[in-house]
Amino acid sequence: MAALITPLGRKTLGLLRVLGHHATFFADLVRNMPSVVRRPYLAVAQVHAIGNLSLLIIVASGLAVGFVLALQMYYALSRYGAAESLGLVVNLSLVRELGPVVSALLFAGRAGTSLTAEIGLMKAGEQLAAMDMMAIDPRSRVLAPRFIGGIVSMPILAIMFSAIGILGAYVVAVLLIGVDAGNFWSIMQSGVDVWRDVGNGIVKSIVFGVICTFVALYQGYETQATPEGVAHATTKTVVISSLAILAMDFVLTALMFSTT
Amino acid sequence: MGRKGIETLVGLFVLAGIAALVFLALKAANLGSFDSGDTYTLYAKFDNIGGLKVRAPVRSAGVTVGRVTSITLDPKTYQGVVRLQVQQGVQFPNDSSARILTSGLLGDQYLGIEPGGSEKNFNAGDTIKQTQSAVVLESLIGQFLFNKAADAGSTNPPAPVAPASGARK
Repeated sequence: MAALITPLGRKTLGLLRVLGHHATFFADLVRNMPSVVRRPYLAVAQVHAIGNLSLLIIVASGLAVGFVLALQMYYALSRYGAAESLGLVVNLSLVRELGPVVSALLFAGRAGTSLTAEIGLMKAGEQLAAMDMMAIDPRSRVLAPRFIGGIVSMPILAIMFSAIGILGAYVVAVLLIGVDAGNFWSIMQSGVDVWRDVGNGIVKSIVFGVICTFVALYQGYETQATPEGVAHATTKTVVISSLAILAMDFVLTALMFSTT
Repeated sequence: MGRKGIETLVGLFVLAGIAALVFLALKAANLGSFDSGDTYTLYAKFDNIGGLKVRAPVRSAGVTVGRVTSITLDPKTYQGVVRLQVQQGVQFPNDSSARILTSGLLGDQYLGIEPGGSEKNFNAGDTIKQTQSAVVLESLIGQFLFNKAADAGSTNPPAPVAPASGARK
């Protein structure tokens, strides 16, 4: 009997240890965030590295998603003579779901991996240990600016993704297919609420920004200081962030939109 | 790239984000070609405008010739007052009639103008007098059921009369 119960207890304790480790790391990050106020340029440089450089893939994907969504929705909606609602359908699916989620998945792949690899290599090269020796806390000097940069960049990228996607849908629906432009916009405007739809989408993307950046920083900071360790940590960043985003998206959607 | 360059790029990034947000919030009210100077205004009063929306198209013979620019309620007659902008090149006789129609079975509503036979045209700011309200599905179904019931009521009594007519022979 004890042979069965002991491993269960060991597993539980191990899980709690990992959770606690994550929680203390998160608390450390949050505690070190105010120190960035003294060196705002560190965070600005990170917004450039995380946000600006992710712009191309976000814009390109948003445009492609908008194009395809418009074509597919037109196929379905035109059967019911409701092709003019195309703009509304595309807008709602982009602003509520696809914008925050797809851009967060891309963000995990584009920016999360580079954060993990960067910090993992800093650790492998003992740069973090060297900073510690010079009485510079690497958490406030290295991690906190990246955390803030990620949280700032993610919602901006998600908003751009949605906006570009809607423009892409406009190009396909109005310019190529010939849906009436006035109906396209006016049905969209009458059906989309700024706070309920756009606002909740932005809240989602902020949460996803926190999750993605936190996972990337944690994996980089806790990596095994070997080439294999850094490779493993980078992979884990993508897998864990993606799963966390999808799970969290379900929870947030249930909380935000279940009543409407 | 220097510190200043990076700061400028980040500033541009944030500005682009704000622009995208403004676009999402206001939904880029970009309205095709003819909402600028080359239009004139007409008014039409309806007992019921149904689901007509601002910026719905104004069509004549199915061709879009203008847009609905505002919908208000007349506080005296309790009618819906629809203001429309019609392309300058399209003139309608001043006894034309306006109807609120639906594109497709479940599609959106638009304002249709049927030209009349008068020799004079509408001037800018005129009101279209002959109007036909939107079809409200509930009242249509109600009317249909009412007619059905009335038909059933009127066809039942003749049935017992039939043998009587035979007896008269």
